[in-house]
Amino acid sequence: MKDLLTVVMLTGIYGLLSASFFVAMDAVDVAFTEASVGAGISTLLMLVAVSMTGRSEHSTRHKPLLAFVVVIITGGLLIYGTLDMPYFGTADAPIHENVAPRYINASLQEVGVINIVTSVLASYRAFDTFGEVVVIFTAGIGVLALLSVVRRPENDVEIESLNESMHEQHLILRIVTKMLIPFILLFALYVQFHGDYGPGGGFQAGVIFAAAIILYAMLFGLSTARRVINHTFIRLIAALGVLLYGCVGVASLLNGGNFLEYNVLLDEPIAGQHLGILLIELGVGCTVASVMVIIFFNFAGRKDYKHNQQNKKEVKDKTILNDEEDHDDHHGAL
Amino acid sequence: MIIMGLYNYWIVVVLMMIGFYIVIAHGNLIKKMVGLTIFQTSVFIFYISMAKVDGGTAPILADDVNLYSNPLPHVLILTAIVVGIATTALGLALVVRIKEAYGSIEEEVIQTQYNRDQNSLNKENKTC
Repeated sequence: MKDLLTVVMLTGIYGLLSASFFVAMDAVDVAFTEASVGAGISTLLMLVAVSMTGRSEHSTRHKPLLAFVVVIITGGLLIYGTLDMPYFGTADAPIHENVAPRYINASLQEVGVINIVTSVLASYRAFDTFGEVVVIFTAGIGVLALLSVVRRPENDVEIESLNESMHEQHLILRIVTKMLIPFILLFALYVQFHGDYGPGGGFQAGVIFAAAIILYAMLFGLSTARRVINHTFIRLIAALGVLLYGCVGVASLLNGGNFLEYNVLLDEPIAGQHLGILLIELGVGCTVASVMVIIFFNFAGRKDYKHNQQNKKEVKDKTILNDEEDHDDHHGAL
Repeated sequence: MIIMGLYNYWIVVVLMMIGFYIVIAHGNLIKKMVGLTIFQTSVFIFYISMAKVDGGTAPILADDVNLYSNPLPHVLILTAIVVGIATTALGLALVVRIKEAYGSIEEEVIQTQYNRDQNSLNKENKTC
């Protein structure tokens, strides 16, 4: 397929399909995440990237036959490797025999949370989750370093007028979105704080929260959204989330426990577990939501900026009529 | 058929090889990212399908249920999905910067342009 837009939309559908597959496999928390990430945010980011890099793929010259042979051989070897695997759905497979029974049988006494996935994520394997949050935070910094542009006030005014003329036509979408956004945000908060009792938690809530803000930014223009959510503020929140997570760990160290051992946070071990899980889920939610928003704002901000520059360039080119394309691109890179 | 019990792994392998093929056979960088996403999802499906227990239910404790699917792979994949989108965003950011620097996201165009730049750089060095 040569049209990249079609490719991206198909990827979104694929994400939604795999989410429904995860529901069929009893992995409700995972399905939740995949539905909001795979079908929502990742499709959006790819769309923005495609709109910046060009929509069509040029035909390739090299032959795909070699690649095909490599793929067939690797696939054949992998299928040969699966012949020793336990059958699908068997209850006595090795994967179910080590730590899993402990999680299933003892987590209610030890952690006191009904959703086993939450208790494993936030309590038994909290250190692991801490690492994941730091990775997300680092990826956010990376995108910031690669794509952030110096914004000047006069650019903003131009972009705003451009946005306003562009969005006149989406009147119905804008009104429906305006009605929906409070509910999306409320739902995100519900998912955030109900993670102990049902599917949900900081990761899902963060992504849903970010999706609401991104929806707003898409329909009302980036500069309007930036006025609602300050750039410095959102960066601060991203850092604060990681900090909160780390602080819970340090607090349990100071109370005489191990790093991220919540039992010592309060007098009652179960109450301590509840407090610890609540706090770190909050930290995760803050970081995930603000990193997603930062990533989208930077992509869209760079796009607006480039668009603006190109407009200026065209005006200049008309007056001076000098060398074109090549120069234009180099200028952009600087 | 005994061997049919392994079909979940075969679906994973097929998906994985589709992703792998896209990554190595296509020169377009956005398509490579899509290929990586498919590859990634195949690993997610691998983990989740291993966690499934016949007759089990979602790992949320209830009074009248005593067979649950394995919660550990769910936890691992849940975080992996969100980390995956963050790293994908980083990759896309790199693609955008490459487009700005070279004016193209096709591997061959970038390679020839890079070679040309290197050659002219070498010549400059020699004349100095």
